[in-house]
Amino acid sequence: MDYLGYLLGGWGVVLVAVAIYAVSLLRRGKVLSARVPADRRRWMTTDD
Amino acid sequence: MVATQILPFAMVILILFGLALDADSRTLRDLAPGLFWVATLFASVLAIQRSVAVETVSSTFEALRLSGAPAWKLFAGKALAVALQLLAIEAVLALGIIVLYRSSFEDPVLVVTAALAATVAIASAGSLYGVLAVGMGVRDTILPMLLLPIMMPVLVGATRAFGDGLGTAALDGWTWTGLLALLAVIYATVGALAYAVVIEDT
Amino acid sequence: MSTTLTRPSSTASEADVASTGSKLTRVLGIASLVGLAVLLLLAFVFTEPDQRVFDRGLDLDPLLTGQGDAVRLLYVHFPVAMVTYTAFSLNAIGSIAVLWKKSMWWDNTAAAAAEVGVLFCGLTLATGSIWGRPIWNTWWKWGDVRLMTTTILFLIFVGYLAYRRTMTDSQVRAKRSAVVGLIGAINIPIVYKSVDWWQNRTLHQQSTLRDRAIEDLTLFSMIFGMVVFLVIFAWLMVHRFRIGWLEHQIETVGLEAAIAERRAQTSAAVEDAVTDSRASAGSGPPPKTGMN
Repeated sequence: MDYLGYLLGGWGVVLVAVAIYAVSLLRRGKVLSARVPADRRRWMTTDD
Repeated sequence: MVATQILPFAMVILILFGLALDADSRTLRDLAPGLFWVATLFASVLAIQRSVAVETVSSTFEALRLSGAPAWKLFAGKALAVALQLLAIEAVLALGIIVLYRSSFEDPVLVVTAALAATVAIASAGSLYGVLAVGMGVRDTILPMLLLPIMMPVLVGATRAFGDGLGTAALDGWTWTGLLALLAVIYATVGALAYAVVIEDT
Repeated sequence: MSTTLTRPSSTASEADVASTGSKLTRVLGIASLVGLAVLLLLAFVFTEPDQRVFDRGLDLDPLLTGQGDAVRLLYVHFPVAMVTYTAFSLNAIGSIAVLWKKSMWWDNTAAAAAEVGVLFCGLTLATGSIWGRPIWNTWWKWGDVRLMTTTILFLIFVGYLAYRRTMTDSQVRAKRSAVVGLIGAINIPIVYKSVDWWQNRTLHQQSTLRDRAIEDLTLFSMIFGMVVFLVIFAWLMVHRFRIGWLEHQIETVGLEAAIAERRAQTSAAVEDAVTDSRASAGSGPPPKTGMN
């Protein structure tokens, strides 16, 4: 396949970056959830 | 003051570019519009930071706000003050590019009109962002980061207009001046409207 | 009032898990992964390289012949760009809602959208640049309308995120960043038009979707890619929103705890004062008002 380097680079950058971001979100989520009392954890209300 | 701090800074920028580019005078002449406006934008950041700092320190801002004047008038006053400072800086920069870059003002009317429109746009947007940045510890570095990307169309328009007015580019400078005028109107309006929202809790 | 985690009761099954996950995110997550796998197959296996030749006469503009295998990059570049615009549009809507309805929910959404948007905007620029290198022979083309606009967009929202971090009062932060976000959004068509006039032409691929010469599978793959990445976007948004919400809870809980503590201190101090005065009244000289 032509341009294989560019293809791998382009796709690779996207997949790796999104994966790293996703993992960081999951981790931040776990840390924050642990700090909030269980009864205040629900986030579904649209009013505040 | 403008004269002792900001003006010299703007001139230093012109000189630094001259040294850095190591170009013959014809290249500098072609680059003059761009360099002029980059120097002006940098100087405007300083001018705005200064005008905001002066107010917070002396609490004239609080006094003005409590005076009951409508927000848009406060905004207009502030923007006007910044605009006048900028025009003074630009006048000196104009001399600077004539001397340092061998610019010639082929169409002075175009150059002055474009400069006026661009300056109003910069002063308006800058005054709004200046107030947005007030009160926080990081304001000095956040202001250019907020203001300069927004100023990109002004930069593009002003350099094109000057390109025509200084005779370095075959463009229609008046169309670009039209864009600058439109930007001036937009930022003045948005600034006046948003000012009320923003100064509520300063 | 304690701010530390207490072991949740076994009746609250969803609140058991100390994370931002839920059934919704699990569904979105699986859909994303499956969709990505299919997209990769489409992009690399099932579609053909772009071998079109345009009969434009003797003056063969190299842009008008097919781009060969490089088209496979568009199957990620285009979706990522679409997510960028979706994210920043969401931010604009949220900013309006904050200013109009003073909604903290929308402020949280706007902030989440800006963060995800900046990531995808950066990826748009990166994939576009990587695509451009073999095709345009350059990593960067000054004056390409979409490139310039996307770059400015990126800078505006990096500034927006930095700006949000300078404020701690959530109400003030919501209002002010909404102003900054909205002005940024208003600027985009202006930037686009200025650069368009500046250059009068663009190296950028003319909108691929409108080019009917593209075969069906290519078109399908691009649209499919967009859908997959919008699902990924949704997954990221839900998690990021919940993180923002939890941060907000911690702020509020912290505030309430501080207030409660202060109240407790004050009432304890008042009680002490009352007790002291009663005690001193019993053992000291008789009060002047009393009859002796």
